[in-house]
Amino acid sequence: MGRFGQKLAASIVGAVAASGMAFAAPADNVAKGRAIAFSTAQGNCLACHKIPGGELPGEIGPDLAGLKTRYPNRADIVAILQDETRRNPLTAMPPFGRDRLLTQQEIQDVVDFLETL
Amino acid sequence: MSPLAFARRLAFALVAAAALAPAAKAADAVDPAADLKAFQAYFHAAFPKVPPADFVNGPYSMNADMRKQWQDIEQFPPYDFAVENGKALFAKPFKDGKTFADCFPDKGVGIRQHYPQFDAKTGEVVTLEYAVNQCLAAHGEKPFNYLKDDMAAVTAYMAFTSRGKIFDIKVPDDPRAKEAYVRGERAFYARRGQLNFSCSTCHLQNAGKRIRAEVLAPALGIMAAMPIYRSTWGGMGTVTRRFATCFSQVRATPLKPGGRTYRDLEYFLTYMGNGLPVAGPGARP
Repeated sequence: MGRFGQKLAASIVGAVAASGMAFAAPADNVAKGRAIAFSTAQGNCLACHKIPGGELPGEIGPDLAGLKTRYPNRADIVAILQDETRRNPLTAMPPFGRDRLLTQQEIQDVVDFLETL
Repeated sequence: MSPLAFARRLAFALVAAAALAPAAKAADAVDPAADLKAFQAYFHAAFPKVPPADFVNGPYSMNADMRKQWQDIEQFPPYDFAVENGKALFAKPFKDGKTFADCFPDKGVGIRQHYPQFDAKTGEVVTLEYAVNQCLAAHGEKPFNYLKDDMAAVTAYMAFTSRGKIFDIKVPDDPRAKEAYVRGERAFYARRGQLNFSCSTCHLQNAGKRIRAEVLAPALGIMAAMPIYRSTWGGMGTVTRRFATCFSQVRATPLKPGGRTYRDLEYFLTYMGNGLPVAGPGARP
């Protein structure tokens, strides 16, 4: 591929990412996010949410199946994990970002996983 | 008041509590009786199939499966040993020859329903556990550990002799009593810990729902069966142990056992259950 071809390829990838088109997160991040979501010591999302593939879910928050159809913008999901009390002061959702329950990278990994549901 | 209206009121109370300085809720505006009515109405509306007196059975009151589990456990109650042990401790003379019976009205039998109570002399809330340690101190004995063992045993025995008696907690017309009540109320609704939960997040807003495999106990009646044998503890625990466990679970630092905040919280919570029968000691998952 010549220089022009490389530039073209890069711009296409950039455009796809920016447009929010189906752009699967690396499998590694999804797996990490899944492990965090199911772990009682870390995200423990299952304590409150039904999640496809998870055993003994709680019933405090909404079912997370098909989350991406309800929240097409990734930033909205990230915001809920950061601090949902900003949107809903009565929420039971812990502020994972604000209270540093998870690192920013871990939050991104969890969102990568949630977007596959 | 509808549950939704009550929830809105809670939200306002939370915002107000956060915005105003402590003690800003004027003592004369405090209306525990009205709070109690709204609190109980919320639970009765949320669980129309649960007979009001059944709330003393906590998560076991929530559905038929849980109720069956409870009936099975009650065949061979895991707290029996604590009641026997408590009875022996209760009768055992202190160094000065006195016993616990000398510290309580009616010799300490059948009085659980009157605790916590406000002590007008000291201005403090006296829980049953606090009264037990006051009694020990007054007779030159070492206080019990607030969390379990002898404290759980003696209070188990005292609850056992009071079973079926109706909780009748008083908030007298004394500004210090009302302030204690308001501090307890605030402790119940205030968020805390890294997980940012209040007592009410789990035990009021989400009572009866599953959190993983556990069912969240309703706050109404949550003090009625204390002390409890908890399977997750593998033993008996007091009200203080229950509070400390909750604080740890929301990743907050547990407070001083026997300290003012725990006593005020127990005052508020037990008052909210006025009218329910004493059911302690109890068994819980």
